[in-house]
Amino acid sequence: MKPLAVTAYTTTTAVGQGNAALIGALMAERSGLRPNDFTQHPLETFIGRVADVEAVRLPSHLAPWDCRNNRLALLGLESDGFIAAVEAARRRYGADRIALVIGTSTSSIGATEEAYARLTPEGHFPDDLCRPEVHTPHSLGVFLARALDLRGPCVTVSTACSSSAKVFAQAERLLRLGIADAAIVGGVDTLCGSVLFGFNSLELVSKEPCRPFDPTRNGISLGEAAGFALLEREGVADSDAWLIGHGESSDAHHMSSPHPEGLGAELALRDALARAQRAPAAVDYINLHGTGSQKNDEVEGALIARVFPVSPATSATTHAAPAHAAPAHPAPAHAAPALAASSTKGFTGHTLGAAGIVEAVICLLAMKHGFRPGTLNARSIDPDCGPHVRLHGEHAPVRVAVNESFGFGGNNCVLVFADRAAP
Amino acid sequence: MSTCLEVRVSGVGFWAPRLPDWQTACAVLAGRAEPEAVARSRPAPALLAPTERRRAPDTVSIALEAASRACEAAGVDPVSLPSVFACTHGDGAINDYLCGTLASNPLLCSPTRFHNSVHNAAAGYWTIGTGCVKPSTALTAGSETFAAGLLEAIVQALADETPVLYVAYDAAMPGPVGEVSPSAGMIASALVVEPLKGDGPGVRPAGVGRCLRARVAPGAQAMPEASVSPGSIPHAWFAALPANSMRQCLPLLAFLASDAEGRMQMQLNQGCVLEVDIEEVTTHG
Repeated sequence: MKPLAVTAYTTTTAVGQGNAALIGALMAERSGLRPNDFTQHPLETFIGRVADVEAVRLPSHLAPWDCRNNRLALLGLESDGFIAAVEAARRRYGADRIALVIGTSTSSIGATEEAYARLTPEGHFPDDLCRPEVHTPHSLGVFLARALDLRGPCVTVSTACSSSAKVFAQAERLLRLGIADAAIVGGVDTLCGSVLFGFNSLELVSKEPCRPFDPTRNGISLGEAAGFALLEREGVADSDAWLIGHGESSDAHHMSSPHPEGLGAELALRDALARAQRAPAAVDYINLHGTGSQKNDEVEGALIARVFPVSPATSATTHAAPAHAAPAHPAPAHAAPALAASSTKGFTGHTLGAAGIVEAVICLLAMKHGFRPGTLNARSIDPDCGPHVRLHGEHAPVRVAVNESFGFGGNNCVLVFADRAAP
Repeated sequence: MSTCLEVRVSGVGFWAPRLPDWQTACAVLAGRAEPEAVARSRPAPALLAPTERRRAPDTVSIALEAASRACEAAGVDPVSLPSVFACTHGDGAINDYLCGTLASNPLLCSPTRFHNSVHNAAAGYWTIGTGCVKPSTALTAGSETFAAGLLEAIVQALADETPVLYVAYDAAMPGPVGEVSPSAGMIASALVVEPLKGDGPGVRPAGVGRCLRARVAPGAQAMPEASVSPGSIPHAWFAALPANSMRQCLPLLAFLASDAEGRMQMQLNQGCVLEVDIEEVTTHG
């Protein structure tokens, strides 16, 4: 496909507001997870809670949309010059030529939960929550359209944990067909009772900080996040960050567990690489879905091991092979370092509908800073999860990065980013 | 004004309690029949295993019914179709249950109802039931949901040169949330759209094989449903349908059911509309 320039991007997660906080935490191996202090009813788990969301105040014209999710959305917009970049795009293209494609799994359901917890004695919502604006999932899309004064197509994508990865694919199609000249993509999801107790009911929540790909991993840690990116066409924008491929698929297997052989995930991955016109060997870094659940990591590790070749450098760095077992054809000195893959959910928690954008931004930051993050909290990497998954981060050039997102309903999306448009 | 997007509608599916299939809906629209006197309960999707059929949310049941009928009408195997599922609110009954349970005893939350609460539940069950590994998406755009989903389905069809299944549906919003964010009854509609090229089938049932020419344009107002005039629509048609959030789909479906040609606009965002010309397909050769 024709690459799209990513001309601005930002994300706010439990490790802090904006990209600098995120890359800083990734390099320092500092987690944003903390013991659950969010739910009124106790639940023993760790969460990736964004500080000071409660303190955000919406301007008066946005007051009907006030809720935790939209506050986090606003907090997320106010970093990395993102609003200024949108304003510049609005001047350049016109507000009706910018599409807004945004992902979320639970949107503002937290406000509906609160209303049920505070029903009047007659069983109605309390007055302050009698606002239809927050009791429907498109609350996020409308809020952002108003906050950014955008007048192009506006849609909220909600495919569970692949939501804010799929927005890149949907936006790319809109730009390819000339429906819009630029697109704001991204996603916002906030902690709420539904997801904490819902994932708990499925026995997928860990009591400890999640440790993806560890042989003793025992579940996920939930988190919240907001993230956004501005996409523009090649030729119009000069950039060192490009969306070069996307792939989507369905598992056709089960609502809440992945296909045992990663069938759908592999289709999405191969479609993304084909659109990107890149061979697996061209990929330098993969941000894995890596939730820390037993099944996801096993299936995903096997997929990566199957699709991506093991280069001599991979086996040398991962398994510290003894000298006499050195490969017969050592990699030449100028060869790019071997592929590294990691899950960053130990830093941020699993941010569900925002995971796609958070981890897309991590891929972009990996390219910008020449840094490949590690898999925080894991003490060792499960040998069943293949040779590419790395425990620790390392400084190394990243030219091509892949982001994997898989959601309930067997909904898969893989994105490919590169530091330049041409192969 | 942006690119003109041209697709053919090769199949339509519909389900509402008193208009339980597209043929009935077309007959009532044409004044040849009355709506069914007694509202039906929700359909049982044959695609699902018996236990899942019983536990499936209303939104899933009606979406799968309409989707199956649209694929049959188009004569296409669902396995070959990417799909776009559009629903304004998600499943109201599940949200009412989840929020109520969270407020009383959150540890009693049902795992099945939780995984059925995702907005893409119908998309998930559809792909599982049909064995379809093609991409599937689920979206909402509030009162603009039908238009936003239609745009995405048309865009996918043209961008990847493939027929696409589009399903738009809403169920009731029960409980306290329904007082603030209301929707009554059930409506599901489904279209198979495909790039407008090649030979079409020679003879088609009503509403099939017609062409949509769509474009995104600046604009302030969508037309209210009653002002859409593909000829004269019997009052019985609109009256037979509940005050459901997916009434959004009715103006376009009225065009498709009536065999009328014309132009309509649907709001996509503040200051932006999807303008659609509905025409007969002219096939050559």
